[in-house]
Amino acid sequence: MKILVCISKVPDTTAKISFTDNNTAFNTSGVQFIMNPYDEWYALVRAVELTEDGKGETTVINVGPAANDAIIRKGLAIGADKAVRVDAEPKSTHQVAEEIANYAKDKGFDLILTGKETIDYNGSELGAMVAEMLDQPYVSYATHMEVEGTTASIKRDIEGGVELLEVDLPAVVSAAKGMAEQRIPNMRGIMMAKRKPLETVPASAGAEHVAVKSYELPAAKGSVNLIDAENMDELVRLLHEEAKVI
Amino acid sequence: MDTTATSAPAHHRSQRTDNYAGHDYYGVDELLTEEHLLARDAVRDWVKQEVSPIIESYSDKAECPMHLFKQLGDIGAYGPSLPTKYGGGGMDEIAYGIIMQELERGDSGIRSMASVQGSLVMYPIFKYGSEEQKMKYLPKLGSGEFIGCFGLTEPDHGSNPSGMVTNLVDDGDAYILNGAKMWITNSPIADIAVVWAKDPEGKIRGVIVEKGMKGFSAPEIKGKLSLRASITGELVFEDVRVPKKNVLPEIASLRGPLSCLSKARYGIAWGAIGAGLDCYDSALRYSLEREQFGRPLAGFQLQQKKLAEMITEITKAQLLAWRLGSLANKGKATSAQISMAKRNNVAMALDIAREARQIHGGMGITNEYPIMRHMTNLETVLTYEGTHDIHLLITGHDITGIQAFS
Ligand SMILES: Cc1cc2nc3c(=O)[nH]c(=O)nc-3n(C[C@H](O)[C@H](O)[C@H](O)COP(=O)(O)OP(=O)(O)OC[C@H]3O[C@@H](n4cnc5c(N)ncnc54)[C@H](O)[C@@H]3O)c2cc1C
Repeated sequence: MKILVCISKVPDTTAKISFTDNNTAFNTSGVQFIMNPYDEWYALVRAVELTEDGKGETTVINVGPAANDAIIRKGLAIGADKAVRVDAEPKSTHQVAEEIANYAKDKGFDLILTGKETIDYNGSELGAMVAEMLDQPYVSYATHMEVEGTTASIKRDIEGGVELLEVDLPAVVSAAKGMAEQRIPNMRGIMMAKRKPLETVPASAGAEHVAVKSYELPAAKGSVNLIDAENMDELVRLLHEEAKVI
Repeated sequence: MDTTATSAPAHHRSQRTDNYAGHDYYGVDELLTEEHLLARDAVRDWVKQEVSPIIESYSDKAECPMHLFKQLGDIGAYGPSLPTKYGGGGMDEIAYGIIMQELERGDSGIRSMASVQGSLVMYPIFKYGSEEQKMKYLPKLGSGEFIGCFGLTEPDHGSNPSGMVTNLVDDGDAYILNGAKMWITNSPIADIAVVWAKDPEGKIRGVIVEKGMKGFSAPEIKGKLSLRASITGELVFEDVRVPKKNVLPEIASLRGPLSCLSKARYGIAWGAIGAGLDCYDSALRYSLEREQFGRPLAGFQLQQKKLAEMITEITKAQLLAWRLGSLANKGKATSAQISMAKRNNVAMALDIAREARQIHGGMGITNEYPIMRHMTNLETVLTYEGTHDIHLLITGHDITGIQAFS
């Protein structure tokens, strides 16, 4: 079985968010980057579980500049067999999806996995776009997945219950919590990652149709107004007249 | 003691999250390779997941988290710079140092578990053992299936190991071992002990003593107020018959144990930075959050002096360790250079722990914060593997040519 896992680079969850260039670009100075946890903990680990010990081959793919190689190596240290980096600055989901689809279309992958979303832009769009471009079925938010021959059995959480699906392969699936458990790479994996192939391919996507006009930060938290417990009337008045919630 | 559990029982778990972030004032990270950074992040993640939530409880109860021996093997913390064929990680000396730093950021006792196993047990077998001994013990030690300990110190011979009285008497295909060792990390739970003893000619030999050999016992030393999550004991030998095939063939002098100590001290020079960083990180965070007189503690000059001096000393220690690591990678780090780094960096971390304790005010004396644990741990680290004084005398000897300690 051949699996392609899409991994992206995101700011560490503790990063302070600000923007530059007239609020049209994320300010990366001083920000630590990590592999998107949904890609790493769930999509990649499940792919490795399904292909390790000679059962198949996992490839990780990232669309981005050479600085992303550190995160790609981590993917190899966790257990992917090889890696591809499409040498392009990621600007929109459509562009990234096109790069991934262009790479994957003649490689015969049985499965393409993504995380359910990235923790920065939270779009949840990439998998669906890749599936559409490759004319393959797509299942989102999978919490469990087994593969038997050319069929994947998938569970996904739905409002008030669990949905069980069977999907013909090849297919694209986005992974949510539950699909696998985080694997911390060990020293052996880190040393092996150095010798695994990391191929760079040139960008091929066409024109862009979406451009970011600007970003806004949520309003800063205001100060807290404490009302004495004895003074219920004042509290009701403020909630009514100032906060306008009752 | 249960050696089979794979995780800590629930009563040892706390809900506190470990928000530690590294500090790199001089961009030392740029001197590191991708592999070093991956190793660092992996061990940091492991410590946050497996050590931080349980360490206060184990330390408080003076219990050893036995389940971590296997996990340390799984992540590859034992002998990272030994060849993979012999259970090591095939990494360089800087990677080994960084792994020790991240472990000690969690707790000096956890780092000690790894130091002893890798540098004091696996290393002498690798360096001075026969091929048969290597194949028999090293893979199992590397994976954490076996726990090892290292017996050099005796009740009456600490700083002066060459005066040891533990001895071997020839008995055909075996030696008869008599004597006692003291302050031995891991001894009560160890499967094997690498023991240093004098042979009939008075030469210091290393022998591998296995648990269960007749006349061999390893009682625990209780009442330690430092390194409480690490177990320490004695080694007592009463006419223990040790087969000659258990003698390390390639060494017959004090150089044997001293070379192991050099390897472990090198790791401590890096490790101590971890403890210092954890105290600094906690103090910086606390001083920015806690307000007195209407502003954060960090806004007062006296507190800034403490914090600024801490990061200055940490930065110096990081550069010292990095340079020592570069020398070690070329096989050029001298034992005197290692002594200087061990001495400087451990004292640096202990000073930071004391200052950080004050910044935390009353909260600093509780186990809500890691400071007191690091501080008491570091008292051991200051003394074991060559005391603070002895390392100074080693530098003194090196620069003057005059030996002042015997
Ligand atoms: C928790 C713990 C774990 C340990 N684990 C191990 C282990 O796994 N294996 C092992 O073999 N050992 C181990 N040790 C022993 C440790 O290495 C010794 O404690 C250390 O070498 C000091 O020996 P000592 O305690 O006998 O002190 P002493 O040698 O009696 O020293 C007491 C004081 O006198 C000073 N002093 C001694 N000689 C001189 C001199 N010539 N000039 C000036 N000052 C001097 C010392 O610096 C020190 O301050 C461990 C110790 C502890 C506390």
